[in-house]
Amino acid sequence: MTEKIDIELHINGRGHAVRVEPRKTLVDAIRDECGLTGTHIGCEHGVCGACTVIIDDDAVRSCLMFAVQAQGKRIRTVESLADGDKLHPMQAAFIAHHALQCGFCTPGFLMLAVNALETNPDLTDEEILDLLSSNLCRCTGYQNIIKAVRSTFAEMRQAHAR
Amino acid sequence: MKAAPFRYHAPRTIDEAVTLLAEVAPLDGRVLAGGQSLVPIMAFRLTRPAHLVDINGVEALRRLAVEGERLCIGACVRHSAFHRPVVDGPLGQLLSTVVHHIAHHPIRTRGTFCGSVAHADPASEWCTVAATLDAEIVAQSVRGSRVIPAREFFAGIMTTTLAEDELLTEVRLPLLAPDTRFGFYEFNRRAGDFALAMALAVYRVEDGRIVEPRLAVGGAEPHARRMADAEQVLAGRPPTAESFADAAEHAAAAVDPMEDAQTTAEYRRDLVRTVARRALERSLT
Repeated sequence: MTEKIDIELHINGRGHAVRVEPRKTLVDAIRDECGLTGTHIGCEHGVCGACTVIIDDDAVRSCLMFAVQAQGKRIRTVESLADGDKLHPMQAAFIAHHALQCGFCTPGFLMLAVNALETNPDLTDEEILDLLSSNLCRCTGYQNIIKAVRSTFAEMRQAHAR
Repeated sequence: MKAAPFRYHAPRTIDEAVTLLAEVAPLDGRVLAGGQSLVPIMAFRLTRPAHLVDINGVEALRRLAVEGERLCIGACVRHSAFHRPVVDGPLGQLLSTVVHHIAHHPIRTRGTFCGSVAHADPASEWCTVAATLDAEIVAQSVRGSRVIPAREFFAGIMTTTLAEDELLTEVRLPLLAPDTRFGFYEFNRRAGDFALAMALAVYRVEDGRIVEPRLAVGGAEPHARRMADAEQVLAGRPPTAESFADAAEHAAAAVDPMEDAQTTAEYRRDLVRTVARRALERSLT
Protein backbone atom coordinates (compact mmCIF):
# COMPACT_ATOMS: atom_id res chain seq x y z
CA MET A 1 0.00 0.00 0.00
CA THR A 2 1.11 3.51 -0.70
CA GLU A 3 0.06 6.50 1.28
CA LYS A 4 -3.30 8.01 0.51
CA ILE A 5 -3.44 11.58 -0.72
CA ASP A 6 -6.11 14.17 0.08
CA ILE A 7 -7.58 15.66 -3.06
CA GLU A 8 -10.67 17.55 -4.09
CA LEU A 9 -12.61 16.59 -7.19
CA HIS A 10 -15.01 19.05 -8.80
CA ILE A 11 -17.79 17.01 -10.33
CA ASN A 12 -20.95 18.48 -11.83
CA GLY A 13 -20.38 21.79 -10.05
CA ARG A 14 -19.84 20.27 -6.61
CA GLY A 15 -16.64 19.70 -4.67
CA HIS A 16 -15.84 16.25 -3.26
CA ALA A 17 -13.02 16.00 -0.73
CA VAL A 18 -11.66 12.48 -1.00
CA ARG A 19 -8.66 10.51 0.18
CA VAL A 20 -7.22 8.17 -2.44
CA GLU A 21 -4.20 6.10 -3.25
CA PRO A 22 -2.38 7.55 -6.29
CA ARG A 23 -3.14 4.38 -8.23
CA LYS A 24 -6.90 4.88 -7.94
CA THR A 25 -8.32 5.65 -11.36
CA LEU A 26 -10.60 8.62 -11.79
CA VAL A 27 -13.56 6.39 -12.63
CA ASP A 28 -13.09 4.37 -9.43
CA ALA A 29 -12.94 7.59 -7.42
CA ILE A 30 -16.05 9.00 -9.14
CA ARG A 31 -18.01 5.85 -8.34
CA ASP A 32 -16.61 4.64 -5.03
CA GLU A 33 -15.58 7.86 -3.29
CA CYS A 34 -18.12 10.29 -4.72
CA GLY A 35 -21.04 7.89 -5.09
CA LEU A 36 -21.74 8.87 -8.69
CA THR A 37 -22.38 5.47 -10.19
CA GLY A 38 -23.81 6.70 -13.49
CA THR A 39 -20.35 6.44 -15.02
CA HIS A 40 -19.74 2.80 -15.82
CA ILE A 41 -16.57 0.71 -15.81
CA GLY A 42 -16.26 -1.68 -18.70
CA CYS A 43 -12.84 -2.80 -19.86
CA GLU A 44 -10.60 -0.76 -17.51
CA HIS A 45 -7.98 -0.34 -20.21
CA GLY A 46 -9.32 2.37 -22.47
CA VAL A 47 -10.95 0.28 -25.17
CA CYS A 48 -14.71 0.32 -24.54
CA GLY A 49 -15.48 3.95 -23.69
CA ALA A 50 -18.12 3.16 -21.03
CA CYS A 51 -16.30 5.41 -18.55
CA THR A 52 -16.15 8.47 -20.83
CA VAL A 53 -16.59 11.73 -18.93
CA ILE A 54 -16.02 15.38 -19.86
CA ILE A 55 -13.04 17.12 -18.29
CA ASP A 56 -12.57 20.82 -19.04
CA ASP A 57 -14.45 20.49 -22.36
CA ASP A 58 -12.70 17.32 -23.51
CA ALA A 59 -14.21 13.84 -23.65
CA VAL A 60 -11.74 11.53 -21.87
CA ARG A 61 -11.66 7.97 -20.64
CA SER A 62 -11.73 8.13 -16.87
CA CYS A 63 -10.15 4.67 -16.52
CA LEU A 64 -6.97 6.02 -18.16
CA MET A 65 -6.48 8.85 -15.70
CA PHE A 66 -5.62 8.66 -12.04
CA ALA A 67 -7.91 10.56 -9.70
CA VAL A 68 -4.96 12.62 -8.40
CA GLN A 69 -4.52 13.99 -11.92
CA ALA A 70 -8.04 15.42 -11.98
CA GLN A 71 -7.54 17.90 -9.13
CA GLY A 72 -8.54 21.42 -10.10
CA LYS A 73 -10.35 20.27 -13.23
CA ARG A 74 -14.05 20.55 -14.05
CA ILE A 75 -15.45 17.05 -14.36
CA ARG A 76 -18.88 16.33 -15.81
CA THR A 77 -20.60 12.97 -15.65
CA VAL A 78 -23.86 11.64 -17.03
CA GLU A 79 -25.66 12.79 -13.85
CA SER A 80 -25.19 16.38 -15.02
CA LEU A 81 -27.14 16.03 -18.26
CA ALA A 82 -30.77 16.12 -17.13
CA ASP A 83 -32.23 19.27 -15.61
CA GLY A 84 -34.48 17.80 -12.90
CA ASP A 85 -37.03 15.69 -14.77
CA LYS A 86 -36.18 17.31 -18.08
CA LEU A 87 -33.81 15.10 -20.08
CA HIS A 88 -30.99 16.49 -22.18
CA PRO A 89 -31.97 16.42 -25.90
CA MET A 90 -29.33 13.72 -26.47
CA GLN A 91 -30.87 11.53 -23.74
CA ALA A 92 -34.37 12.10 -25.20
CA ALA A 93 -33.08 11.13 -28.66
CA PHE A 94 -31.55 7.92 -27.29
CA ILE A 95 -35.01 6.96 -25.99
CA ALA A 96 -36.83 8.07 -29.16
CA HIS A 97 -34.49 6.06 -31.41
CA HIS A 98 -34.24 3.05 -29.12
CA ALA A 99 -30.48 3.66 -28.85
CA LEU A 100 -30.11 1.60 -25.69
CA GLN A 101 -31.07 -1.83 -24.50
CA CYS A 102 -29.12 -2.89 -21.42
CA GLY A 103 -27.83 0.66 -20.93
CA PHE A 104 -24.34 -0.27 -19.83
CA CYS A 105 -22.55 1.67 -22.56
CA THR A 106 -25.07 4.53 -22.61
CA PRO A 107 -23.41 6.98 -20.17
CA GLY A 108 -20.18 6.80 -22.15
CA PHE A 109 -21.90 7.30 -25.49
CA LEU A 110 -23.92 10.20 -24.08
CA MET A 111 -20.90 12.05 -22.71
CA LEU A 112 -18.94 11.46 -25.91
CA ALA A 113 -21.81 12.73 -28.07
CA VAL A 114 -22.77 15.66 -25.81
CA ASN A 115 -19.15 16.85 -25.70
CA ALA A 116 -18.99 16.76 -29.51
CA LEU A 117 -22.31 18.59 -29.76
CA GLU A 118 -21.03 21.34 -27.45
CA THR A 119 -17.56 21.75 -28.93
CA ASN A 120 -18.07 20.79 -32.57
CA PRO A 121 -21.75 21.22 -33.55
CA ASP A 122 -20.96 21.20 -37.28
CA LEU A 123 -19.79 17.59 -37.43
CA THR A 124 -20.91 15.86 -40.62
CA ASP A 125 -22.73 12.51 -40.55
CA GLU A 126 -19.48 10.84 -41.60
CA GLU A 127 -17.54 12.55 -38.79
CA ILE A 128 -20.21 11.51 -36.28
CA LEU A 129 -19.77 7.91 -37.42
CA ASP A 130 -16.01 8.20 -36.91
CA LEU A 131 -16.53 9.74 -33.45
CA LEU A 132 -18.89 6.98 -32.33
CA SER A 133 -16.49 4.26 -33.52
CA SER A 134 -14.56 4.93 -30.30
CA ASN A 135 -17.13 3.32 -27.98
CA LEU A 136 -18.39 -0.24 -27.79
CA CYS A 137 -21.99 -1.40 -27.46
CA ARG A 138 -22.83 -5.08 -27.34
CA CYS A 139 -26.58 -4.97 -27.89
CA THR A 140 -28.06 -2.28 -30.12
CA GLY A 141 -25.96 -2.99 -33.19
CA TYR A 142 -24.97 0.71 -33.24
CA GLN A 143 -27.43 1.80 -35.94
CA ASN A 144 -29.86 3.32 -33.46
CA ILE A 145 -27.09 5.06 -31.52
CA ILE A 146 -25.87 6.61 -34.77
CA LYS A 147 -29.43 7.68 -35.64
CA ALA A 148 -30.00 9.22 -32.21
CA VAL A 149 -26.78 11.24 -32.28
CA ARG A 150 -27.16 12.37 -35.88
CA SER A 151 -30.76 13.47 -35.26
CA THR A 152 -29.74 15.50 -32.19
CA PHE A 153 -27.01 17.27 -34.18
CA ALA A 154 -29.53 17.96 -36.97
CA GLU A 155 -32.11 19.33 -34.52
CA MET A 156 -29.57 21.62 -32.90
CA ARG A 157 -28.48 22.94 -36.27
CA GLN A 158 -32.10 23.61 -37.23
CA ALA A 159 -32.76 25.33 -33.91
CA HIS A 160 -29.78 27.62 -34.49
CA ALA A 161 -30.78 28.33 -38.10
CA ARG A 162 -34.20 29.63 -37.00
CA MET B 1 -7.34 -4.69 -13.63
CA LYS B 2 -6.02 -2.22 -11.06
CA ALA B 3 -2.53 -0.75 -11.26
CA ALA B 4 -0.01 -1.80 -8.63
CA PRO B 5 0.82 0.83 -5.98
CA PHE B 6 3.28 3.58 -6.87
CA ARG B 7 4.57 6.86 -5.47
CA TYR B 8 3.18 9.86 -7.32
CA HIS B 9 5.25 12.95 -8.14
CA ALA B 10 3.89 16.08 -9.80
CA PRO B 11 6.72 18.47 -10.75
CA ARG B 12 5.86 21.99 -11.95
CA THR B 13 9.03 22.75 -13.93
CA ILE B 14 11.34 20.85 -16.29
CA ASP B 15 14.18 21.19 -13.76
CA GLU B 16 12.06 19.66 -11.03
CA ALA B 17 10.97 16.88 -13.40
CA VAL B 18 14.50 15.86 -14.43
CA THR B 19 15.77 16.12 -10.85
CA LEU B 20 12.98 13.79 -9.73
CA LEU B 21 13.63 11.48 -12.65
CA ALA B 22 17.35 11.26 -11.81
CA GLU B 23 16.32 10.20 -8.33
CA VAL B 24 13.55 7.72 -9.12
CA ALA B 25 14.48 6.31 -12.55
CA PRO B 26 16.99 3.85 -10.98
CA LEU B 27 14.19 2.82 -8.59
CA ASP B 28 11.92 1.87 -11.50
CA GLY B 29 10.42 5.32 -11.93
CA ARG B 30 8.66 6.27 -15.15
CA VAL B 31 7.38 9.43 -16.78
CA LEU B 32 3.60 9.79 -17.05
CA ALA B 33 2.47 12.03 -19.91
CA GLY B 34 -0.91 11.37 -21.57
CA GLY B 35 -1.07 7.91 -20.05
CA GLN B 36 -3.03 6.38 -22.91
CA SER B 37 -0.47 3.58 -23.35
CA LEU B 38 1.18 3.48 -19.92
CA VAL B 39 -2.01 3.35 -17.82
CA PRO B 40 -3.54 0.37 -19.70
CA ILE B 41 -0.35 -1.67 -19.40
CA MET B 42 -0.22 -0.75 -15.71
CA ALA B 43 -3.84 -1.95 -15.38
CA PHE B 44 -2.77 -5.27 -16.91
CA ARG B 45 0.24 -5.23 -14.54
CA LEU B 46 2.51 -5.76 -17.51
CA THR B 47 4.47 -2.96 -15.90
CA ARG B 48 4.42 -1.84 -12.29
CA PRO B 49 6.58 1.24 -11.89
CA ALA B 50 7.41 2.12 -8.28
CA HIS B 51 7.30 5.86 -9.05
CA LEU B 52 5.45 7.96 -11.59
CA VAL B 53 6.68 11.43 -12.52
CA ASP B 54 3.55 13.13 -13.87
CA ILE B 55 4.66 15.91 -16.24
CA ASN B 56 1.14 17.18 -17.00
CA GLY B 57 1.56 20.10 -14.61
CA VAL B 58 4.73 21.40 -16.29
CA GLU B 59 3.50 24.48 -18.12
CA ALA B 60 6.69 24.85 -20.22
CA LEU B 61 6.06 21.47 -21.84
CA ARG B 62 2.78 22.64 -23.41
CA ARG B 63 4.74 24.72 -25.90
CA LEU B 64 3.76 24.36 -29.55
CA ALA B 65 5.62 26.94 -31.59
CA VAL B 66 7.46 27.66 -34.80
CA GLU B 67 11.10 28.47 -34.21
CA GLY B 68 13.08 29.32 -37.31
CA GLU B 69 12.40 26.59 -39.85
CA ARG B 70 11.04 24.13 -37.31
CA LEU B 71 7.82 23.28 -35.52
CA CYS B 72 8.60 22.59 -31.86
CA ILE B 73 6.18 20.23 -30.13
CA GLY B 74 6.44 20.15 -26.34
CA ALA B 75 6.05 16.96 -24.34
CA CYS B 76 2.53 17.81 -23.11
CA VAL B 77 1.01 18.74 -26.48
CA ARG B 78 -1.95 16.39 -27.01
CA HIS B 79 -2.79 14.61 -30.26
CA SER B 80 -6.00 16.65 -30.48
CA ALA B 81 -3.95 19.85 -30.89
CA PHE B 82 -3.34 18.69 -34.46
CA HIS B 83 -7.02 18.12 -35.39
CA ARG B 84 -6.76 21.42 -37.23
CA PRO B 85 -3.55 22.54 -38.96
CA VAL B 86 -1.17 24.06 -36.38
CA VAL B 87 0.96 25.82 -39.01
CA ASP B 88 0.24 27.15 -42.49
CA GLY B 89 1.47 25.05 -45.35
CA PRO B 90 1.96 21.34 -45.98
CA LEU B 91 3.31 20.39 -42.52
CA GLY B 92 0.13 21.53 -40.76
CA GLN B 93 -1.96 19.68 -43.35
CA LEU B 94 0.15 16.57 -43.03
CA LEU B 95 -0.18 16.45 -39.24
CA SER B 96 -3.94 17.05 -39.33
CA THR B 97 -4.32 14.27 -41.91
CA VAL B 98 -2.30 11.76 -39.90
CA VAL B 99 -3.81 12.58 -36.48
CA HIS B 100 -7.22 11.20 -37.44
CA HIS B 101 -5.68 7.74 -37.74
CA ILE B 102 -4.54 7.77 -34.11
CA ALA B 103 -6.85 5.65 -31.97
CA HIS B 104 -10.13 7.44 -31.17
CA HIS B 105 -11.24 10.94 -30.23
CA PRO B 106 -11.21 10.52 -26.40
CA ILE B 107 -7.71 8.99 -26.60
CA ARG B 108 -6.48 11.91 -28.68
CA THR B 109 -7.66 14.43 -26.09
CA ARG B 110 -5.19 12.98 -23.53
CA GLY B 111 -2.42 11.20 -25.43
CA THR B 112 0.59 13.27 -26.47
CA PHE B 113 2.75 13.53 -29.59
CA CYS B 114 6.00 13.19 -27.65
CA GLY B 115 4.61 10.39 -25.49
CA SER B 116 3.97 8.36 -28.64
CA VAL B 117 7.49 9.01 -29.85
CA ALA B 118 9.00 8.04 -26.48
CA HIS B 119 6.79 4.92 -26.23
CA ALA B 120 7.96 3.92 -29.75
CA ASP B 121 5.20 1.46 -30.53
CA PRO B 122 5.95 0.05 -34.00
CA ALA B 123 2.40 0.99 -35.06
CA SER B 124 2.70 4.63 -33.94
CA GLU B 125 1.72 7.17 -36.57
CA TRP B 126 3.80 9.94 -35.00
CA CYS B 127 6.89 7.70 -35.01
CA THR B 128 6.35 7.22 -38.75
CA VAL B 129 6.08 11.00 -39.17
CA ALA B 130 9.23 11.52 -37.07
CA ALA B 131 11.16 8.99 -39.15
CA THR B 132 9.92 10.37 -42.48
CA LEU B 133 10.79 13.98 -41.69
CA ASP B 134 14.00 13.25 -39.77
CA ALA B 135 12.64 14.82 -36.61
CA GLU B 136 14.95 16.11 -33.91
CA ILE B 137 14.22 14.70 -30.50
CA VAL B 138 15.28 16.76 -27.49
CA ALA B 139 16.22 14.86 -24.34
CA GLN B 140 16.96 16.54 -21.04
CA SER B 141 18.39 15.23 -17.79
CA VAL B 142 20.32 16.62 -14.84
CA ARG B 143 23.40 15.87 -16.96
CA GLY B 144 22.29 18.34 -19.62
CA SER B 145 20.36 18.45 -22.86
CA ARG B 146 20.98 16.72 -26.18
CA VAL B 147 19.31 16.51 -29.58
CA ILE B 148 18.86 13.05 -31.05
CA PRO B 149 18.07 12.63 -34.77
CA ALA B 150 15.09 10.30 -35.36
CA ARG B 151 17.25 7.76 -37.23
CA GLU B 152 19.38 7.35 -34.08
CA PHE B 153 16.45 7.42 -31.69
CA PHE B 154 14.35 4.37 -32.54
CA ALA B 155 16.13 1.17 -31.58
CA GLY B 156 13.46 -1.55 -31.70
CA ILE B 157 9.98 -2.47 -30.54
CA MET B 158 9.12 0.11 -27.85
CA THR B 159 12.84 0.71 -27.47
CA THR B 160 14.68 3.99 -27.92
CA THR B 161 18.11 5.41 -27.21
CA LEU B 162 16.68 7.67 -24.49
CA ALA B 163 18.51 7.05 -21.21
CA GLU B 164 16.37 6.13 -18.19
CA ASP B 165 16.94 9.48 -16.49
CA GLU B 166 16.23 11.50 -19.63
CA LEU B 167 12.97 13.33 -20.23
CA LEU B 168 11.89 13.76 -23.83
CA THR B 169 11.01 17.46 -23.65
CA GLU B 170 10.34 18.30 -27.28
CA VAL B 171 10.17 16.97 -30.83
CA ARG B 172 11.12 19.34 -33.67
CA LEU B 173 9.82 18.85 -37.20
CA PRO B 174 11.10 20.76 -40.23
CA LEU B 175 8.57 23.08 -41.86
CA LEU B 176 7.83 21.92 -45.40
CA ALA B 177 8.18 24.09 -48.50
CA PRO B 178 4.79 25.31 -49.82
CA ASP B 179 5.02 23.10 -52.92
CA THR B 180 5.64 19.92 -50.88
CA ARG B 181 3.27 17.08 -51.62
CA PHE B 182 2.45 14.31 -49.19
CA GLY B 183 0.32 11.20 -48.95
CA PHE B 184 -0.46 8.94 -45.98
CA TYR B 185 -2.10 5.54 -45.94
CA GLU B 186 -2.68 3.15 -43.07
CA PHE B 187 -4.21 -0.31 -42.93
CA ASN B 188 -5.83 -1.76 -39.82
CA ARG B 189 -8.63 -4.21 -39.27
CA ARG B 190 -10.93 -1.91 -37.25
CA ALA B 191 -11.33 1.86 -37.06
CA GLY B 192 -8.80 3.24 -34.59
CA ASP B 193 -6.99 -0.05 -34.11
CA PHE B 194 -3.22 -0.54 -34.24
CA ALA B 195 -1.88 -0.29 -37.79
CA LEU B 196 -0.69 -3.47 -39.48
CA ALA B 197 1.22 -1.26 -41.90
CA MET B 198 1.32 2.39 -42.90
CA ALA B 199 3.30 4.59 -45.23
CA LEU B 200 4.00 8.29 -45.50
CA ALA B 201 5.33 9.83 -48.71
CA VAL B 202 6.68 13.38 -48.93
CA TYR B 203 8.31 14.98 -51.96
CA ARG B 204 8.43 18.02 -54.24
CA VAL B 205 8.17 18.23 -58.01
CA GLU B 206 10.51 20.28 -60.20
CA ASP B 207 10.08 20.34 -63.97
CA GLY B 208 7.66 17.43 -63.73
CA ARG B 209 10.10 15.26 -61.79
CA ILE B 210 10.19 14.13 -58.16
CA VAL B 211 12.86 15.77 -56.01
CA GLU B 212 13.76 15.17 -52.33
CA PRO B 213 11.57 12.07 -52.01
CA ARG B 214 10.93 10.66 -48.56
CA LEU B 215 9.04 7.41 -48.11
CA ALA B 216 8.79 5.78 -44.70
CA VAL B 217 6.99 2.63 -43.64
CA GLY B 218 5.61 2.08 -40.13
CA GLY B 219 3.90 -0.79 -38.37
CA ALA B 220 5.65 -3.47 -40.40
CA GLU B 221 9.07 -3.58 -38.75
CA PRO B 222 10.18 -3.06 -35.12
CA HIS B 223 10.30 0.66 -35.84
CA ALA B 224 9.37 3.03 -38.64
CA ARG B 225 12.12 3.98 -41.07
CA ARG B 226 12.73 5.59 -44.43
CA MET B 227 13.03 3.22 -47.37
CA ALA B 228 16.22 4.29 -49.17
CA ASP B 229 15.79 2.00 -52.20
CA ALA B 230 12.25 3.15 -52.83
CA GLU B 231 13.26 6.81 -52.48
CA GLN B 232 16.05 6.34 -55.02
CA VAL B 233 13.57 4.84 -57.44
CA LEU B 234 11.35 7.90 -57.09
CA ALA B 235 14.04 10.57 -57.43
CA GLY B 236 14.06 12.16 -60.87
CA ARG B 237 10.99 10.30 -62.11
CA PRO B 238 7.59 11.86 -62.85
CA PRO B 239 4.94 11.29 -60.14
CA THR B 240 2.93 8.67 -62.01
CA ALA B 241 1.24 5.36 -61.23
CA GLU B 242 4.19 3.59 -62.80
CA SER B 243 6.93 5.18 -60.69
CA PHE B 244 4.74 4.80 -57.57
CA ALA B 245 4.21 1.08 -58.21
CA ASP B 246 7.92 0.66 -58.79
CA ALA B 247 8.80 2.41 -55.52
CA ALA B 248 6.19 0.37 -53.62
CA GLU B 249 7.77 -2.81 -55.00
CA HIS B 250 11.17 -1.70 -53.71
CA ALA B 251 9.73 -0.83 -50.28
CA ALA B 252 8.10 -4.27 -50.04
CA ALA B 253 11.35 -5.97 -51.01
CA ALA B 254 13.34 -3.98 -48.44
CA VAL B 255 11.22 -4.62 -45.33
CA ASP B 256 11.89 -7.36 -42.82
CA PRO B 257 8.29 -7.78 -41.64
CA MET B 258 7.26 -8.64 -38.08
CA GLU B 259 5.09 -11.71 -37.71
CA ASP B 260 2.37 -12.62 -35.25
CA ALA B 261 -0.33 -15.26 -34.99
CA GLN B 262 -2.67 -13.37 -37.32
CA THR B 263 -0.15 -11.77 -39.63
CA THR B 264 2.45 -13.68 -41.61
CA ALA B 265 5.57 -11.97 -42.95
CA GLU B 266 4.34 -12.58 -46.48
CA TYR B 267 1.01 -10.87 -45.77
CA ARG B 268 2.71 -7.90 -44.16
CA ARG B 269 5.10 -7.55 -47.07
CA ASP B 270 2.09 -7.48 -49.38
CA LEU B 271 0.50 -4.84 -47.15
CA VAL B 272 3.66 -2.72 -47.33
CA ARG B 273 3.51 -2.82 -51.11
CA THR B 274 -0.10 -1.68 -51.00
CA VAL B 275 0.19 1.04 -48.33
CA ALA B 276 3.31 2.48 -49.99
CA ARG B 277 1.56 2.66 -53.36
CA ARG B 278 -1.61 4.15 -51.89
CA ALA B 279 0.31 6.73 -49.83
CA LEU B 280 2.08 7.83 -52.99
CA GLU B 281 -1.19 7.92 -54.93
CA ARG B 282 -2.78 10.07 -52.25
CA SER B 283 -0.05 12.64 -52.76
CA LEU B 284 -1.75 13.49 -56.06
CA THR B 285 -5.16 14.36 -54.57
